[in-house]
Amino acid sequence: MTENRMMVRVQIMGESYEVPEGSTIIMAMEYAGYQLKRGIGCREGFCGACATLYREKNDYKIKGGLACQTVVNDGMVIAQIPFVPAEKPVYDINELTPDINTIKAIFPTVFRCVACNTCTKACPQDIEVMDYIQALKRGNIERAADLSFDCIRCGLCALRCPAEIVQYNAAILAQRLYGKYLSKKNPQLDKRVKEIEDGKYIEEINELMDMDREKLTETYYNREIKIS
Amino acid sequence: MYPDYMLESIKKVEETRPGRLEKSKKYGKEVFPHMTDKERGEVLSKFHPDYKEGARKEVRVGPNKGEILTTEISDLLESYSRINPKDFNLDKIDYETDVLVIGAGSAGMASALVAAKNGSNVLIVTKLRLGDSNSMMAEGGIQAADQRDDSPTMHYLDVIGGGHFDNKPELVHALVSDGPESIKWLEELGVIFDKNPDGSMLVKSGGGTSRNRMHSCRDYTGAGICRVLRDEVYNLPDKIKYIEYSPVVELILDDNGQAVGAVIYHLETKQYSIIKAKSIIMSTGGFGRLHIRGFETTNHYGATADGIILGYRVGAKLLFMDSVQYHPTGAVYPEQIVGFLCTEKIRALGAQPVNADGELFVYAMEPRDVEASAFIRECTEWKNGITTPSGLCGIWLDSPLIDQIEGQGTIDKNLPGMVRQFGRFDIDIRKYPMLVYPTLHYQNGGIEINDKCETNIPGLYVAGETSGGVHGRNRLMGNSQLDLIVFGRRAGLNASKRANNGVKIGKLSLEHIYDYEKEVADLDINRKKIAPILLPDYIPEHVKQKQITAEYFGTLI
Ligand SMILES: Cc1cc2nc3c(=O)[nH]c(=O)nc-3n(C[C@H](O)[C@H](O)[C@H](O)COP(=O)(O)OP(=O)(O)OC[C@H]3O[C@@H](n4cnc5c(N)ncnc54)[C@H](O)[C@@H]3O)c2cc1C
Ligand code: SF4
Ligand code: SF4
Repeated sequence: MTENRMMVRVQIMGESYEVPEGSTIIMAMEYAGYQLKRGIGCREGFCGACATLYREKNDYKIKGGLACQTVVNDGMVIAQIPFVPAEKPVYDINELTPDINTIKAIFPTVFRCVACNTCTKACPQDIEVMDYIQALKRGNIERAADLSFDCIRCGLCALRCPAEIVQYNAAILAQRLYGKYLSKKNPQLDKRVKEIEDGKYIEEINELMDMDREKLTETYYNREIKIS
Repeated sequence: MYPDYMLESIKKVEETRPGRLEKSKKYGKEVFPHMTDKERGEVLSKFHPDYKEGARKEVRVGPNKGEILTTEISDLLESYSRINPKDFNLDKIDYETDVLVIGAGSAGMASALVAAKNGSNVLIVTKLRLGDSNSMMAEGGIQAADQRDDSPTMHYLDVIGGGHFDNKPELVHALVSDGPESIKWLEELGVIFDKNPDGSMLVKSGGGTSRNRMHSCRDYTGAGICRVLRDEVYNLPDKIKYIEYSPVVELILDDNGQAVGAVIYHLETKQYSIIKAKSIIMSTGGFGRLHIRGFETTNHYGATADGIILGYRVGAKLLFMDSVQYHPTGAVYPEQIVGFLCTEKIRALGAQPVNADGELFVYAMEPRDVEASAFIRECTEWKNGITTPSGLCGIWLDSPLIDQIEGQGTIDKNLPGMVRQFGRFDIDIRKYPMLVYPTLHYQNGGIEINDKCETNIPGLYVAGETSGGVHGRNRLMGNSQLDLIVFGRRAGLNASKRANNGVKIGKLSLEHIYDYEKEVADLDINRKKIAPILLPDYIPEHVKQKQITAEYFGTLI
């Protein structure tokens, strides 16, 4: 992708390099000669490994983004943040109650939120981070789990929070409390698990396992399809 | 945004859309006829990359000697080891554990949790960070036959038919029978599945399924699961230790041929360490970063087939390493996201594949290899694709249809990751179709296992994408995420039982590296590679020429 392409000048941790226009920050760093080991993961915006701070030409603001998803522009100054030394409280999910007391006990810092919205502005996933922290403050775990669902644990919010809150760790707790205790359950799942335990399908499956290839092929192509 | 000439083609897509919408309201997804067995065979043999000249090659060493495997794999299996055994003193053990888990995707972490629960001490070693893996990236879903109108039997038929009847039956049996229990296990750990208002699972169909059984966590299904497993690993610091940025570069055997340890290499400090273990679980995932046949990939940075190499060098047998899964819908535009996955869920929700003229040309839900081959045919032989400014070709995946079929807001609710991904490059997939082409996605085969995840090497267990047999030569969507949990848990339990039963470990040895090396050297071939390659190499040639003393991990040429 590099032939006949316009080049732009960027600074990677203070050093100046020419890289092809249209590159993401990761592509630009590799083009410059960095063999990345940290600050890189899935390269597609799902793992949160490549949190990066950058500043654009003629701008004083330091912005955050994912290096695999952010396209460089001329004059950009880039610094990767491959690790956040944040605390991760340890808990036994089986012993928790899905309510405000749990939040108070495990994440007391949440209650220090000053509603400055810095975290929301920092989030590369466009998550309403402040809103989920506020929801947790009110003990609204369902809302916190819902709002934080797309969090990829990049760490950019926590890095910038004046109240030293580790938002993403609070998010995963909210999500797990919701999934385990609060989401509505339906007996069908347990019923099927029990049926399998009781051996209801063993004979049918054994029959398929014993079929020769020809019969199996025929059975497969003649199977009834019920999808919507 | 799309350039003008692409917008011209999109106009044609928009023109045919009302007609296609009409049809899909009438017939659901059946707006184009399914292929027969014969048609499938034809399109596969003519267009699937596996059948192209040079795609496969005989491997001349090791347990599968004489078999025809994917060329890049055969080459890697004939490469040099990264270490010379004489540099290692195996009497000096750096870490000792009951169960060693290699690789921290969902298969590895599920196995660690179960082994710890069963009373074993667990050590996880992984290449990047915990959870940096293909597992975290899965978008579409996880299959399990828990619905009333479904059964493990129907699931069995779908899996084995999708795999062209080559799958190992005992593994399919295990996969489908543990399915519902696995979903329950995940929910009890706190995974949030998409649900209907009555609390029942919201399920969709997938390519090659006969029932709706695809469970999802929006379009972050892999993350929805993997992050919960990781959080649980973090919560058990006394039982589960982990070491990051430390890939395994060789396995250690004892003088009885049991797998009893590993050599790890720290990517940053460059130190090697020795681990001794009673049981070992290999869960290093797939091989997308080998860029087989020059394809772009959906896979994470560390997906370089390491487990295959490590296992093979100690004598573990491989199965189906002659087949590669290309996902039909990889992005081809914009350039920054070429190869990225456009989840199958987009088609499951009703999006149709159409050509440059806006015409349907294939049933949207054929098994993946068939679907991908049909896309390639449309672009190559039938020349009905759209060429991008950088010279790639693709067909349209008509995403705006989804909201028209399922109601406004469906895309936002079910595909937030996709909307965000394309939105970053000013393409609104609610209004415009996505340009797609097959991308290298999944390693269908791997190290052969039985239903306890055992291999032919005592003490070596394998789970997840590195294993072979479960999916035959073609995996269906959602069955891999299930495989990770089902076989991750089985591996964890069986490895732990073995460790708890008190294994007798003999003298540690790396002698097999010499033996293997001798076997390859005797071939007298021109070898260029070191394996496992650990990380791919994307540094441009003109820069490399100046990096005179640099070491490259990515040694695949
Ligand atoms: C983009 C994408 C979307 C997908 N969507 C779906 C889907 O919707 N449904 C579905 O069923 N499947 C899906 N899949 C497939 C599925 O997610 C993967 O097959 C599966 O996650 C593999 O899991 P694993 O645990 O076996 O390997 P991985 O999750 O890849 O984990 C392997 C781990 O091993 C580590 N490792 C590698 N080499 C070494 C080494 N030498 N030493 C130590 N550690 C090592 C890696 O760093 C990584 O942490 C998708 C895959 C991708 C890439
Ligand atoms: S909420 Fe915080 S950690 Fe999560 S994606 Fe946003 S900035 Fe990153
Ligand atoms: S940055 Fe911190 S203090 Fe500010 S809104 Fe976010 S959580 Fe609250």
